[in-house]
This record gives sequence, structure tokens and C-alpha cells, in this order.
Amino acid sequence: MAEAPQRTAAQDFAIEIAAMNKWYGAFHVLKDINLRVRRRERIVVCGPSGSGKSTMIRCINRLEEHQSGDIIVDGVPLTQDLRNIEQVRRDVGMVFQHFNLFPHLTVLENCCLAPMWVRKVPRAEAEATAMALLERVRIPDQAKKYPGQLSGGQQQRVAIARSLCMMPKIMLFDEPTSALDPEMIKEVLDVMVELAEDGMTMICVTHEMGFARRVADRVIFMDAGQIVEENPPEAFFSHPQNDRTKLFLSQILDH
Amino acid sequence: MTAFVPKPDLPPPPGSVGLAGWMRQNLFSTPLNGFLTVVVVWLIGSTVWPLVHWAFVSGVFSGRTAADCRKGGACWLFVADRLVFFVYGFFPRAETWRVDVVFAVSAAVLAALVIPRVPRKPAIAAAAFVGLPLLVTVLMHGGIFGLAQVSTDQWGGLTLTLVLSVVGIVLALPFGILLALGRRSRMPTIRVMSVVFIEAWRGVPLISVLFMASVMLPLFLPETVHPSKVLRAMIGIVMFESAYMAEVVRGGLQAIPRGQYEAAGALGLGYWRTMVLIILPQALKLVIPGIVNTFIALFKDTTLVGIIGLFDLLATVQATIMDPAWPDVATEAYLFAGSVFWVFCFAMSRYSQSLERKLQTGHRRR
Repeated sequence: MAEAPQRTAAQDFAIEIAAMNKWYGAFHVLKDINLRVRRRERIVVCGPSGSGKSTMIRCINRLEEHQSGDIIVDGVPLTQDLRNIEQVRRDVGMVFQHFNLFPHLTVLENCCLAPMWVRKVPRAEAEATAMALLERVRIPDQAKKYPGQLSGGQQQRVAIARSLCMMPKIMLFDEPTSALDPEMIKEVLDVMVELAEDGMTMICVTHEMGFARRVADRVIFMDAGQIVEENPPEAFFSHPQNDRTKLFLSQILDH
Repeated sequence: MTAFVPKPDLPPPPGSVGLAGWMRQNLFSTPLNGFLTVVVVWLIGSTVWPLVHWAFVSGVFSGRTAADCRKGGACWLFVADRLVFFVYGFFPRAETWRVDVVFAVSAAVLAALVIPRVPRKPAIAAAAFVGLPLLVTVLMHGGIFGLAQVSTDQWGGLTLTLVLSVVGIVLALPFGILLALGRRSRMPTIRVMSVVFIEAWRGVPLISVLFMASVMLPLFLPETVHPSKVLRAMIGIVMFESAYMAEVVRGGLQAIPRGQYEAAGALGLGYWRTMVLIILPQALKLVIPGIVNTFIALFKDTTLVGIIGLFDLLATVQATIMDPAWPDVATEAYLFAGSVFWVFCFAMSRYSQSLERKLQTGHRRR
């Protein structure tokens, strides 16, 4: 069994990003990102497309690599060290815009796979946890179905349950409702609101400003690879300080 | 308010259903189609019917020697006369029961793996993977447990064809998968080695591979190691077919959306678990047609071992043509060999289709 990765002293923050820069080849896609997320804090990240918001949260679980600066997740620094990366990925769950369920497995198998193979949980216990979480997202009756037989909203809720089965400390949401029909957006957002109210640390990239107003502790606006503004939602929506933020809010809140 | 009066169901017009309807829709729908139908029927009648007549109607099926054959009809008597040779090759007649045992066990394993209701297939497959080679070595090669040793040079006919094909099929798939994964690896050394292997073995004809394996392999090995001709042919075939299989599997791997890799990674599954549990099941399912295609081609490619002096099924049939006891049976002989190959290849093809049907479970909505 590999020894536990080195933990740094400052463990009060769930996520610490310090002076992080990322390039795709020669293209500077993330510029000097500084962000500290406390435990149980809910962050909503918004911004125009191409602003780097998805890239930033994908750096947090090392789906993308950053070239300079530090990212420390739950005390574990993200470096080339594979053990660190695996430790972080075990404790950070992610929900994707296009669900990314495994189509060749049933809903139950989708949820049980990672706990059984990564956390070595016995099958019976994994199935019990999975059924409990499927009930929490309100689709226990779909457990034996395949993802292809479910609607978009149901698939996204399965994806949320699948991530929660790993008992993560932090949840990342990458535009979870952007690929859904309007009727299904509500059912997914309700699940996310419940999750937030239960105290999960979460970073959510989304365009759903109603969700941000209701649940977020801080709203962050990004553009052109930089964090432009961050504020609690009341201040963010009613008194945006930056011109760029004002322009963005006027565009998306108008309809 | 008037009441709803349902109209009675009427039968369809007579010319639109049944055989007449089908013929009208598919064969005679337009004047051009009608003309083409007549032409094709005439072509079939003038080519296929004489063949069928020669092969079956005037064919001679009972008798002992070539003298019993009629002119103008196919002579099938050599099949019964030479059947033992076709199936066992030069295997000593007294020991052919050992080959029969291997055939019986292999057939049982195959049935267990193919029939859907039999449980614990992975365990059976794993046991067969280890047990069958041992069984073949002990029973067919012999030399231990009081069994007489039969050199592999005496293996021949259908036995040799099946041994080469099964070994080739069973080994080419895992090697091909590893090569495909290697070619897509982010580690440069592994990627380069995989590319070199694939391009080298794919770039030369199988005949020259077999020739080189037969002639050159002994030069590279130490003095004490003397692989038999059959072993050399096996190595050549496995290397060659792995390279082909690698590209087929790579096509499947490319088709898996990146989101699958990302979701697996985000859940904490490492490289090998992601591949074995998530990616390969989907990728292999996608390329079953390509994989079975390669298997079928492999089965037929084993006929090339005739070039290095091994007597597979085709070579034994060809030997019969040269035999003065059976003059002028060349056409019948090749037809016979072709039919045997066709039976095996068609069986593989049908199995692949049933496998694809079975594996459609929820994968796509189609």
C-alpha cells in the first residue's frame, strides 16, 4: 500500500489555487487564477464561453494540467505525482455537461463500479449505498435500467448519484444543466440545492442565475481566462463592480 | 350528434400481398426491373444449374476406386477414401484417438462459451486458456504418461488447420489489444515500439513471414533451442495477425468519446481499470465485425503454411490431386476443401451476428 501523500499545513481550505496559469500550447488560457474555497462553501462560476471556467475546474481534479502556480485540494498538492492525483480524484466528484454515464452498464452498476474498484467496498455495501443515493436523487426504480433508456434529467441525476457514491468531500459541476430540456433542469437543480443545503463543498459552473442566487456563498465571474469579479450573490447581482460583469449580467438576465 | 360508425376492415387487394405481391414489388416493379429479372434468372439457370447437375445429380457418391466414377459427373469417392488423411494428416493411425479427445474437449469448451445459458463463462475461458494448451501438448505431442511421442511434423490436415487457427485467434486478440493500447499511449517509447511492430508485421505478406519464420528464426535462436516447424508457423501467424487486430481494435478505441475516459478518471479509476472496465468493453463491442473478419481471414490464411512444407487441410487435398490413384479429381477436390472452409467461416460469421444482437442491451436506442 503506497504511503499517504504529503499534506500541507493549511487544511482549513478545501481548495486553494494560487497564481495558477495554464497554456494550451502557446495559447494562454488561464491567467493568474487565485481562489480559495472553504469547506462547506458553495461557489458558482459564470462567464461567457471560452472564458476558461470549465478549464479551471477541470484543473482541480487534474483532468487538465496546469503549467505554473499551485493547486492544493484538501491539503494534497496537485503535481505530476500519480498518488496525489489519485488521492484527489477519490475525494473530488465531478458531474459533466453530457452526463458521461457508462452505457454498457446498468444504473446500479454505474454507481457501484468506482466504490468497489477504487475504495474496495464489498458489493453488497456498495449496492446499498447506491440504492440509498438513488433514492436521494429520486430515481430508485430505474436502478436496473441502462442509461440509454433514461431521459436527460434522469441521466444527470444518476451521474450525480454516481459521484456521490464515492463519498467525495468536494463536488464539481461543469454546466450540469446546459444539455437539458427546460422541464428537466428543475429536477436536477432541486437535487443540487438539496446537496448544497446538506453542506457539500461545491463549485458549480453554470448559467442558472436563479440557482446561484439561492444557494451560492460566492459568485465568480470569469472572462478571457481571468477571474474578473467575485462577490456574494446579493452584491454580485445588484451591484456589479466591473464593467465587463455588468455587460455580461445585462445580457444573460434580460431573457 | 351522429354516432361513430367504425368502417369494416377490408382485405388488401389480391395483387399486393403474398408471393405475387412480393414479386410484383421487388422483381417486376418497373419494365427495366422486369427485364433485369428475366436476364438474371436466365444467367442463374445457365451457370448454376449445370454446376448443381454435375455436382449432385450426376455425381458419384458410392463406390471404392476411381474406376467407379462416371464421366460427366463429379467424383466424390476420394473423400471417403482419404477422409482419415484429410482430418488427421500423418498422425499415426493407432494414436488418432488422442486427436479425437482433444477435438471433443475443445468442442465442449466452445459449446459452453457459445451457448448463452451456461454460467461462469469467464472461469471456463480462463481454465481453457491454461488447460487446453497443456492438453494438446500432453495428448497430441505425447512423450509423457506412457504416450508415444508424435512429432509436430506429423500433424496435418484439418487437425493442423484447427490448431494453427485456434492458437492464432486466441493469441492475436489479446496481443492486438495490447498493441492498440500501446499505439495510443502517451509514453513515447511504448508508442514507437507499438507502431514499429504493427507497421513491420503488417507490411510484409504472410507468405514471406512464414518463410522467414521457418528459415530465419532458427538463426536468431541459441543452438540448443529447436522450435518445430509448426511452432515457427504459429509464431509467424500470431505476430502477423496481432498487427492486423491492433488496427481493428484501435478503430474501436478511437470511437469512444473522450467523456468516457474523463468520467472514469474523475471517479478515481486508474489507467488499467478504466481500460478493462469501461473502454475496452465498449470498444470491442463496436468492432466485433472487424474482429470476426480478421478471425475468418486468419482461418483461411493458415493454408499458406503449405509453403513451408506443413500439410494443412488444403495441402492434403492437393496431395490427393497429385495421387495417381485419383486422376482428374482436381475440381471436386478444391470444391470439397472450399466447402469445409466455408462451413467453419460461415459458423463464425453467424455466431458474430448473434453475439452482436445479444450485446445490443441498452447500448444504443436502435
